[in-house]
Amino acid sequence: MVLKVFFPSCCSSAESGILVGRWLSEQNSAVILAVVHFPFIPVQVKQYLSEVQRVTKVSLSVLGSWSNSKQETEENLSKFLEDLGTIFSHEPWIQISKEGNSKFWSCSTLQKHSNNPKEEEVILIYYDQRKVMLSHLHPPLDTATSTDHDASKLSAIFHTVAKSKILFMTDRYDDGPIKLTHWQSDGVEASIIVELMKQASVPACTHLATVMLSFLQYVCIFGVLKFWPLSFLWSKLSTCEQLGHRLQHLQVISSNKKAQTQTQFMRKANIFVSLLIDVALGILLMSWLYRKNRIGHLADTLIPVADHVAEELQDLLQWLMGAPAGLKMNRALDQVLGRFFLYHIHLWISYIHLMSPFIEMILWYVGLSACLGLTVALCILSDIIALLTFHIYCFYVYGARLYCLKIYGLSSLWRLFRGKKWNVLRQRVDSCSYDLDQLFIGTLLFTILLFLLPTTALYYLVFTLLRLLVVIVQGLIHLLVDLIDSLPLYSILLRLCRSYRLAAGVKFRVLEQQDGKPLRLLMQINPLSYGSVVQTYRLPTYSCYPKDSWTSLCKKLFLGELIYPWKHKGEKQD
Amino acid sequence: MASLPHMVVQAQLECCVQLIVIAELCVCLAVLQNSMVLSAAIFITLIGLIIYLHFVKIDQESLLVIGSLGLQLTASYASGKESTTFIEMGRVKDVVINEAIHMQKVIYYLCILLQDPGDPQGISEVVPLFQSSKPRLDCLIEVYRSCQEILQQRKTAPQSNGIK
Repeated sequence: MVLKVFFPSCCSSAESGILVGRWLSEQNSAVILAVVHFPFIPVQVKQYLSEVQRVTKVSLSVLGSWSNSKQETEENLSKFLEDLGTIFSHEPWIQISKEGNSKFWSCSTLQKHSNNPKEEEVILIYYDQRKVMLSHLHPPLDTATSTDHDASKLSAIFHTVAKSKILFMTDRYDDGPIKLTHWQSDGVEASIIVELMKQASVPACTHLATVMLSFLQYVCIFGVLKFWPLSFLWSKLSTCEQLGHRLQHLQVISSNKKAQTQTQFMRKANIFVSLLIDVALGILLMSWLYRKNRIGHLADTLIPVADHVAEELQDLLQWLMGAPAGLKMNRALDQVLGRFFLYHIHLWISYIHLMSPFIEMILWYVGLSACLGLTVALCILSDIIALLTFHIYCFYVYGARLYCLKIYGLSSLWRLFRGKKWNVLRQRVDSCSYDLDQLFIGTLLFTILLFLLPTTALYYLVFTLLRLLVVIVQGLIHLLVDLIDSLPLYSILLRLCRSYRLAAGVKFRVLEQQDGKPLRLLMQINPLSYGSVVQTYRLPTYSCYPKDSWTSLCKKLFLGELIYPWKHKGEKQD
Repeated sequence: MASLPHMVVQAQLECCVQLIVIAELCVCLAVLQNSMVLSAAIFITLIGLIIYLHFVKIDQESLLVIGSLGLQLTASYASGKESTTFIEMGRVKDVVINEAIHMQKVIYYLCILLQDPGDPQGISEVVPLFQSSKPRLDCLIEVYRSCQEILQQRKTAPQSNGIK
């Protein structure tokens, strides 16, 4: 089999020494982590490696020798390096040598105990140690459930480098007995800002936690929310759902436990960045609203708009009471329904006018809650729309109930007309023999209902369309809120700026070759695509979209059943 | 040798020439008529063209087979973007030429069969290659022969110690 040697590109210019790393026998590959320089005492090297192995649980060993000869003639060094192979017994003993500044290295292996004296082919694969150490491999979905035996070979390599962090802690300037070269051998680099942020984040989190706990205690005092009227209102207003959702997020962030796995850490980071951006956008919106008395302007235009809507509805009803679209309606029923709805609108307008002096103050205080986040502001907008169009909702319910009643009555009487009956026990249609007077009255009622159907159906149609319009507007706002809630902003930023941290896989590039020398490849990290980033790290939201297909929706509309456009997870189905 | 030569199937077009022609057209139109709607339409067309070149138009597709590591598929777009997929050798079952009946003709395409981890005889996925360049059968046969040479080596290679 071909021997694969993973060599860190940072060690290309290192002085001669021995190679330290991990040998993966099932893949016939050697992952080199560092180069130990002369002079060293073999016993100390072995001791150091066993200590590191104990901490990291990765089996490290001395894999071979590395000779970087700047001059042309260094014959005795090669004999010395071969003798080292007897001290650190490792099968196979890898010897890599680089002459001068040549790009092409020669790599040979020494097999003492093998029966097959055939010269093995070697492939040299260069990798960027720091990037591989920091990267997190995302396996493709179908191999995510594979067992350890079939575990990806690449993930073994990533795992080896990532777990050996402690090996990279000692640098060249330490006074220890071992001098290593790896990616951090020139000293640990750190940025002051990053260090300060790390130091500041712990007390910040604890402060947040205490604030959160006190707030929660305050809210729990209002256990009165459990009682019927308030809890009903709480479940109907989407603002409260959104606030509860955000509170949950705060709980997740301010927990003192450190994130164990990569996924947990990413989730915490995503929630934190999402909250931050939300609050920032909310404060921006608030500052825009409160400038130049925009709230006052808004309150001033709200009443005329509500009046205008009510007037339009009145015109519509007058049209329906006449001969709408040339259709001839039943005069009496038309007048009754029309007057009933007109009176309703009159009540609504009086209510709005009653509220008008307080509107500006209410809006002013409600606008303050935009500082809790843009999503809360959008939810409040959606709730205001729902409250302002409450009369349309009422009309829809009246029209739908009337129509539904009519349809059920018609279908039942139609069955009577044909001499059949609905058997509730057996859930099927059975034949039934009716008396003469039952048949007479049934047929009479059937005719009455049938001839009144167009009028009711028209009212139902008009109000359903209006209601659907309002539902679409509210739905769009909720879609936007969901988008802001579930977008993993931290992951997207990470993919943009440090794309090697989220790896979908690797890619190889074939470097220049020379005859007789081993094949050289460069291994680079293949970052995850934006689509898979969003899919993997999406934050779960509280709303579930209607599971009804279009056909069932049309069926409901035809039968006059009330449509509830969206349900939240945790609500009981009606 | 352990690695297969870089098999490259090219389908090149002069995209820069296209861009220059369109730019010239825009300049002429803008000079002749100073209309907002026209400039907006031209702007949208340019944006659409850039999106097309960056996401849709594939200039070059290549397949790199390394016997002990795996297969790598690279597609390079007209805007210079390259998208790479690497499939480890352990997941590859075989490389075959499939026939498909499309409308009135039979088309041939090369594809990689991936192993199903649960079932040693089963196939979990079929990855078609060279979907934009669509080379003809004689070209595919050459690629197929070279791939099979390397895949055969992997099956007849001596087992190393320590394998389960």
